[in-house]
Amino acid sequence: MLAKRIIPCLDVRNGKVVKGVNFEGIKDVGDPVECAYAYNQQGADEIVFYDITASYEGRGVMLDVVRETAKKVFVPLTVGGGIKTVDDIRETLRAGADKVSVNSQAVQNPQLIKDGADIFGCQCICVGIDAKKVGENQWTVFINGGRVDMHLDLIDWVKQCEQLGAGEICLNSIDTDGVRGGFDLPMLKAVCDAVQIPVIASGGAGKLSDFAEAFLKTGCSAALAASLFHFRELTVQEVKADCRAKGIPMR
Amino acid sequence: MIAIIDYGAGNIFSVKNALDYLGLAGELTSDPEAIRKADALILPGVGAFPSAMQMLHDSGLTNIIQEEAHKKPFLGICLGMQLIFEKGYEFEECNGLGLIPGKVEKIVAPDMVIPHMGWNKLEMQHDCPILRNMPEESYVYFVHSYQAVVPDEYLAAYVEYGPAKIPAMVYDGKTVYGAQFHPEKSGEIGLQILRNFGGLIQ
Repeated sequence: MLAKRIIPCLDVRNGKVVKGVNFEGIKDVGDPVECAYAYNQQGADEIVFYDITASYEGRGVMLDVVRETAKKVFVPLTVGGGIKTVDDIRETLRAGADKVSVNSQAVQNPQLIKDGADIFGCQCICVGIDAKKVGENQWTVFINGGRVDMHLDLIDWVKQCEQLGAGEICLNSIDTDGVRGGFDLPMLKAVCDAVQIPVIASGGAGKLSDFAEAFLKTGCSAALAASLFHFRELTVQEVKADCRAKGIPMR
Repeated sequence: MIAIIDYGAGNIFSVKNALDYLGLAGELTSDPEAIRKADALILPGVGAFPSAMQMLHDSGLTNIIQEEAHKKPFLGICLGMQLIFEKGYEFEECNGLGLIPGKVEKIVAPDMVIPHMGWNKLEMQHDCPILRNMPEESYVYFVHSYQAVVPDEYLAAYVEYGPAKIPAMVYDGKTVYGAQFHPEKSGEIGLQILRNFGGLIQ
């Protein structure tokens, strides 16, 4: 039986982790390679680097981070942020990433999903989506870090992503992100019911039971969190132990 | 020296990274001589069956692999595992390497998410040297939409996915191994499997 996945996300700017992680035994809390390794040791099922570097030069730094991480972390690595072209995807995968996550760029240029999937395979194209509730059971897609409403219906968009060849959806709720009151279950459920591809829940995890709740109440395949793990409020082990105790298959 | 066969398909660097990490000498190569001289072979691969077979043909490696795989430890990974069967049916019927009897078809699992992606638990079937001494709960990482259909005697381990029973490790009882999962992405368990494979080298 397929295990549900717990995915820590590291925000990286110019090769440094934003909001340094206070792991025991790590000298440089801002070093993404060290942090990824620490999450690996905690039993993370996958690791996401989200590159928030603005400059073009910064991309090279991110690729170095991926290259170094891939030498010592042997679980799947996903890189998101700043991926705009097929060449960006190719470079990122060649550096050692297993998947790329495309967000705003995919909304503005859906062909990127299709081209990426056709060339590299569906499995390595994850579409990241920021969405917000606009009515009863209705959500729209935002871009540029949740700042710009594209007036694009979420359910229409996820179906389009699936048709274009996306291998996975990472769904972030703008309404619950940072609120720490749990994942956005109605939105998550609506998306999981609309597509056959795996859906990763993102945004809102604030306590241990939030993860199991998402798995028990929706069809999501994975749950992602950043600051909760960064600040060591919870470890990946603790989350997995809680899920396991509630009968959810975990690695 | 383990030759990691580089024919243009897939993330071969991950396999090399894992061998480096384990202190096993590995070399990415498409050179027939290097493949003949190697102590063991790994055939990686990500992508579609027909295009990968075409790339193998174009590299002129098909016959060499078919010969050498029966002489020394050979491990196919993911698509590289699927290529070892007689036929594939991804998009079109296509001949494989035919190292182990069987074929490759779309996973049939109604109501289940396809691709089968993530960590699944190995269910051991027949003894297989590179799966010995594994913990009871051994999860490994899969990403695929097609699966092998193989006679039971070649099935070393499988995983359950809804109603489907998906071959995870196949073994011909001699030198040919195939892993549908990615040992190079399967954490400690995967590293142990690669370490065991390295241990087969005489």
